[in-house]
Amino acid sequence: MAQATTTADTNAGAVEWGRSVRVSNLWRDAFRRYCQNRLAAAAAIFIVLLALAAIFGPMLLPYSYAHQDYSAINQSSSGSHLFGTDYLGRDMLVRLLFGARISLSVGLIVQFVIVLIGVPFGLAAGFYGGIIDTILMRLVDILYAMPSLLFVIIIMTFLRGILGTPGGNSILKEIATLNAQLGGLLGVFIGLGLISWLTVARIVRAQTLSLKRREFVEAARGSGASNRRLMFRHILPNSLAPIIVAVTLGIPQAILYEAGISFLGLGVTPPMPSWGVMISESIRYLRSFPYMLLFPAIGLSITVLAFNFLGDGLRDALDPWSEH
Amino acid sequence: MAAYIFRRLIVLIPLLWAVATITFFLMHATPGGPWSNLGDKPIPPIILERLNAAYGLDKPLWQQYVTYLGHAAHGDFGPSYANRSLTVSDIIRQAFPVSLKLGLVAMFMAVVAGVGLGIIGAVKHNTWMDYITSLTAIIGISTPSYVVVSVLVLFLASRLHLLPTGGWDGILSTKVIIPAFALALYPAAVLARYTRSSMLDVLKMDYVRTARAKGLSEKRVLFGHTVQNALLPVITVTGLILADVVTGSFFVESIYSVPGIGRYFVQSITNRDYPVILGTVLLFGVLISVMNLVVDILYQFLDPRIQLN
Repeated sequence: MAQATTTADTNAGAVEWGRSVRVSNLWRDAFRRYCQNRLAAAAAIFIVLLALAAIFGPMLLPYSYAHQDYSAINQSSSGSHLFGTDYLGRDMLVRLLFGARISLSVGLIVQFVIVLIGVPFGLAAGFYGGIIDTILMRLVDILYAMPSLLFVIIIMTFLRGILGTPGGNSILKEIATLNAQLGGLLGVFIGLGLISWLTVARIVRAQTLSLKRREFVEAARGSGASNRRLMFRHILPNSLAPIIVAVTLGIPQAILYEAGISFLGLGVTPPMPSWGVMISESIRYLRSFPYMLLFPAIGLSITVLAFNFLGDGLRDALDPWSEH
Repeated sequence: MAAYIFRRLIVLIPLLWAVATITFFLMHATPGGPWSNLGDKPIPPIILERLNAAYGLDKPLWQQYVTYLGHAAHGDFGPSYANRSLTVSDIIRQAFPVSLKLGLVAMFMAVVAGVGLGIIGAVKHNTWMDYITSLTAIIGISTPSYVVVSVLVLFLASRLHLLPTGGWDGILSTKVIIPAFALALYPAAVLARYTRSSMLDVLKMDYVRTARAKGLSEKRVLFGHTVQNALLPVITVTGLILADVVTGSFFVESIYSVPGIGRYFVQSITNRDYPVILGTVLLFGVLISVMNLVVDILYQFLDPRIQLN
């Protein structure tokens, strides 16, 4: 990013405007580069539309995601149920839109958990070095050696067990109640966050290692900045671009993981309609009512596809020097 | 070389110990035990007590942990709680070869298709063929295997009756096609992307230009000078993916009723079959680490510039 301020300075007015404008130029250039990538731009538009549909769509429909209508089970699309109904007579469209809500919120909130764990971890390991680095990175190595899908399954079983049967501990009880209100989503956020922060930790550590020897950090240290200030004011802001890229590419990963564990019955709790749950419910009726599989499957694939394009586009826009 | 391999294998021991420890305590901290799903009626307390005593589950947790580690170090991973006539080793011996065979078939398909598409994409860079391969690759990355299996079963098996709807009959039966294809799609997509970008890099090299300048046919340039160099990084990815494919077939095996280790693992989780869970996790841990080691060693043979130490 330091290169960015020296090389990407095509805006003529930038020099006179001084530091603050020059810094924002990186982002403006990145935005311009991003918009030139048509696929990435289309992906971003799709995601915005999906988010709007997920937020407002269910409010506009006369059904709730759990409303069962036994006089209208397994119907294909009609005027009153645009996408048909499932085996309990629930409206597919409202369930699909709710599934989008779940996928999007899982994608985003899990990334938040990842940043919360991974960034301090990587900063501490890279900045302090020595024994702290060794211990922290050994832990990362061990977790990397765990087969990730197995580990997700074990952690989710654990979290569901813990949050499903609240014990005497009052904090745990609060969390369990909240989790139940969210249809098991809280457990999904924690579980997926716990297993996916490793990559971000490694990226931040590598960035910190290379940045902490740079002149501007040395200068700040020389003028008496504390370690904390060095880490959060000087090193972290300069590592933002790779973190943003890793986090964006982590979103489709988290969405796929959530759908997978919900498919196995370890994610959200029914009647909460995650796309993974909908796919797994549809398999029983595959022969007679294939639309029940196709809608959530297409929704899942296209959403993941869009986030992949978004991530690739951001990577190319924020880091035009690397070749992929 | 021998010393290097030895050192890497030594490092494996504390790693596996850590993996086993994390899994052990996570599992035992999970509410519910191996007998909660046994039969329809609740089990009388006296029988529960005897079951626990017979399997050592009445002892303090640390004692169970020490006993388990001691036995595991001697290759004894205990009996399965759900299938009480079988040991964990029996189950792994029965189920793992199935997963391994399925995984290898899938991997073979993935390498052929992925590397092939990647090379085509790079050679026909920025033409419609390139766009189609890239699009195929990104669709493969974005579609989970359970969707692929379900869609294939729907169209090829229940609609067109071309292939069986489930089961396992060894790798020479038509039953292998759907699960192997579903497993292969993701790695094929990843390999295609890697191969394409690696080929594009190599095609820009001076020695490729030299080869063209001295009048070699495009075919000789491609297969004499480009492909083998471009495939180096691809091999690393292949090794890592292989472990993923062999260990990652829960969904495919569960949906297509393949009696492999993945399906067993999903069942053992719901049954709280502690020894089977631990055994599977350890097996997969070893597999992933050994694959990493094999990749590193192979890499040195393929690229003499790389020195292991």
